[in-house]
Amino acid sequence: MHLDGKIPGGPLPQKWERRKFEYALVSPANRRKYRVLVVGSGLAGASAAATLGELGYRVECVFFHDSPRRAHSIAAQGGINAAKNYQNDGDSVQRLFQDTVKGGDYRAREGNVYRLAEVSLRIIDHCVAQGVPFAREYGGKLANRSFGGAQVSRTFYARGQTGQQLLLGAYQALLRQVHAGTVRIAPRTEMLDLVVANGKARGIVARDLVTGEIRTFVADAVVLATGGYGNAYYLSTYARNSNATAIWRAHRRGAYLANPCFTQIHPTCIPVSGEHQSKLTLMSESLRNDGRIWVPLRAGDERSPEQIPEAERDYYLERRYPSYGNLSPRDVASRAAKAVCDEGRGVGPTRLGVYLDFADAIRRLGADVIAERYGNLFAMYAEITGEDPYRTPMRIYPAIHYTMGGLWVDYDLMSTIDGLFVLGEANFSDHGANRLGASALMQGLADGYFIAPLAVGSYLARAKPPAIDDAHPAFAEARKDTLARIERLLAARGKRSASSFHRELGKLLWDTCGMSRNRAGLERALTQIPELRERFYRDVLVPGQGESLNRELETAGRVADYFELGELICRDALQREESCGGHFREEYQTPDGEALRDDEHFAYVAAWEWREGESPVLHKEPLVFEAAPPMQRSYK
Amino acid sequence: MRIALEVWRQRGPGEPGRFVRYESTQASPDMSLLELLDVVNEGLVQKGEEPIAFDSDCREGICGTCGFMVNGLAHGPLQGAATCQVYLRSFRDGDTLFLEPFRAKAFPLIKDLVINRSALDRIIAAGGYVSVNTGNAPEANTSTIRKDRAEEAMDAAACIACGACVAACPNASAALFTGAKITHLGKLPEGEPERARRALRMVQAAAAEAFGHCTFAGECETACPKSIPLQVITQMNHDYLAARLSGEGRAQPRHIEPGTPKRRR
Ligand SMILES: Cc1cc2nc3c(=O)[nH]c(=O)nc-3n(C[C@H](O)[C@H](O)[C@H](O)COP(=O)(O)OP(=O)(O)OC[C@H]3O[C@@H](n4cnc5c(N)ncnc54)[C@H](O)[C@@H]3O)c2cc1C
Ligand code: SF4
Ligand code: FES
Repeated sequence: MHLDGKIPGGPLPQKWERRKFEYALVSPANRRKYRVLVVGSGLAGASAAATLGELGYRVECVFFHDSPRRAHSIAAQGGINAAKNYQNDGDSVQRLFQDTVKGGDYRAREGNVYRLAEVSLRIIDHCVAQGVPFAREYGGKLANRSFGGAQVSRTFYARGQTGQQLLLGAYQALLRQVHAGTVRIAPRTEMLDLVVANGKARGIVARDLVTGEIRTFVADAVVLATGGYGNAYYLSTYARNSNATAIWRAHRRGAYLANPCFTQIHPTCIPVSGEHQSKLTLMSESLRNDGRIWVPLRAGDERSPEQIPEAERDYYLERRYPSYGNLSPRDVASRAAKAVCDEGRGVGPTRLGVYLDFADAIRRLGADVIAERYGNLFAMYAEITGEDPYRTPMRIYPAIHYTMGGLWVDYDLMSTIDGLFVLGEANFSDHGANRLGASALMQGLADGYFIAPLAVGSYLARAKPPAIDDAHPAFAEARKDTLARIERLLAARGKRSASSFHRELGKLLWDTCGMSRNRAGLERALTQIPELRERFYRDVLVPGQGESLNRELETAGRVADYFELGELICRDALQREESCGGHFREEYQTPDGEALRDDEHFAYVAAWEWREGESPVLHKEPLVFEAAPPMQRSYK
Repeated sequence: MRIALEVWRQRGPGEPGRFVRYESTQASPDMSLLELLDVVNEGLVQKGEEPIAFDSDCREGICGTCGFMVNGLAHGPLQGAATCQVYLRSFRDGDTLFLEPFRAKAFPLIKDLVINRSALDRIIAAGGYVSVNTGNAPEANTSTIRKDRAEEAMDAAACIACGACVAACPNASAALFTGAKITHLGKLPEGEPERARRALRMVQAAAAEAFGHCTFAGECETACPKSIPLQVITQMNHDYLAARLSGEGRAQPRHIEPGTPKRRR
């Protein structure tokens, strides 16, 4: 199959205008005849469902949380980018575009990224109009901060709770539509399969997590906004229940999965403390505005940080990347941290940690200013570690945080299945091989408020999907498959919990396909994952029945899908014989240890097609760079 | 360290419930209370028993999914912390912890420690928003908001809808939750046009959901993991009263069928 990104013609700044004009329209009176199913209520899902409802479509929004407001987007801390140039520091749509393409290490589509930068302006306008309490200056105007990978200040924020406030804006808009009767919500409902009838996405099979009932939802178009798949690695900064089942099931029904090995590792997380740890906690990147990162110069230095004099500290980011310093992009900062720990210069009980030190900032600005900027993050750190970051440097270490890969979509956010749209972190579209901080919130809201509602409408106007109900054999088949999968998990009656397998898989992925990767490791993972999967199906123990609230069953289903996904992540990492962004292959690096891209052979999107009982098939969508010609990504 | 748990087990809403004791020797001070439950559950699964059902997601105090009573206190012993932020270092070696669900008529029990809090969503749906469609907004910096007002709005907007205020309240009132949203939006110029309508509708929706009335017992403020101040309730009462006095929400003029004879006085 030829992968057509359907990028509109014409110069970059006119592409989106042009496409909006090309879109077919559904007249207001006809919109209520169409049913649109939105899976997910995070920033992308809630904003899309609300806007489609405002337009007059009949929308159903399905999510596994008990309230739409609990989606994982709620946890985003630092901020959202927009090219407003309120700081008069030389920002522009063009610059945000350039920064994002470069930050993504030239593995994203120019057309998409340009549109994202353009739409960013309207997101802030809309959120302010909704009552999102962004930080303000004394003059009453909006405040900004800086984030990694940029030399301008373009990040808008609401204390350390930006994701929460943006999500509440979208959630409130969604509930307003629920009240108006255009949107119905189905909480505590987990999608377990996609239904494709006559070549088009026409609904889903889902499990009511309270009663265990297997339900079907029928629609004229399906929108997936189900978030990222980073929890495949077990320990991550994701919420406990974030999972990949929705996208993986869609993949198995024909949606290609793009660039799965592009996973992001965030440099500033609280290090792992013990074996029972259930998740890793992020310390926002915004801390790097004022915190300085360092380790002792000498390996195995046992002294406490206060006892190490200035001359015996290595501020390695400032040293290696003088122009971006502590605000180097995430992939660069994470690898640098790993490098110093590999040299034996790591700190803390496990030696897997580096210092993030605020002493200078507190001397310069006073503890009050620091408390105003980061108070809640400092409190969170103190609570988890029992240490006071006002007195002693924080200890941080990289952790899995975000997935740039996801279901392949064209410029209209439609997957390789007709009528299946994918939004937010679940798609692969805009961040290439590395996402810049504060750009995920921007992308989720761009997709949901401004792009998908038009694209979905145009699809409906052109495709005019014929009437269908769940008596169609495709629904019966998907239902039967789902029940069989559940039965298989319940029937195994082995000896181990699903999460114990998950932990094992996660460790394997982190060791072989984490911060750095090499051929031998990936090949090992590709033999061990299928073995582990077999053991899982033989030995997993899921107590209880299917017909009631059963958390172990939920977990087991998600873990089952991680095995297959994990294998594809490694396969993708193996075929990409270059280093770019978050994908660092040890075999491909410059003499001073920087990522070595190979534009001649690998400037493509790797889109994988599922084949039942066979190896997946790789399709390549070539990437063309005209406005932002690739250069070695240097932050020196 | 050794911690014993007495956990409320109840298979479903109609079934009887009781406390069941679990003792764990694997507890350590750096472990969170929810991680201890994970460990206990892991043990139960291995024995083929049904694990303890409890809700959680972010495990960093922001999503509002977690929440149960720990020794009679909503979210446990720490001020300003959600259940997931409670680490075992807050307890003493040998302590026994009683865990039971948030109890309120408006929060029906689902299983063990899991409850249904969708009543809170319905309060928001009644009016907890600014009615602005996508596409309607003016340029963001055209509105000017005093920094302290923006901060006050943010203080109130920090609510995570966990329901601890309801669970702690002797009347099971949702006043702190409702007042928080009314205050957040009411402080901002964007929320001003609907201020009266919002207060009226949200307060009425809360009453319709079987939440009790507020008698200013003040328990909610102590229980709240986000330290939402009691003033939001004062603000709510103010806005609600102002709405009533201004005639917001009064009945529409009665429809009169053509040919109806004049009413007798
Ligand atoms: C700790 C943390 C901090 C972050 N900080 C920032 C930041 O400062 N700036 C920034 O730009 N980005 C940040 N990010 C990234 C950003 O938060 C996410 O990428 C983004 O919020 C994802 O939004 P989403 O709408 O795509 O998905 P999510 O918010 O993850 O929502 C997924 C939704 O899908 C539903 N769902 C999933 N699977 C199913 C299923 N099978 N059936 C039914 N429903 C399902 C869920 O219920 C949920 O409603 C951060 C991420 C983390 C982890
Ligand atoms: S007001 Fe506080 S206690 Fe009540 S729901 Fe909100 S965060 Fe929870
Ligand atoms: S699990 Fe999210 S607030 Fe506790």
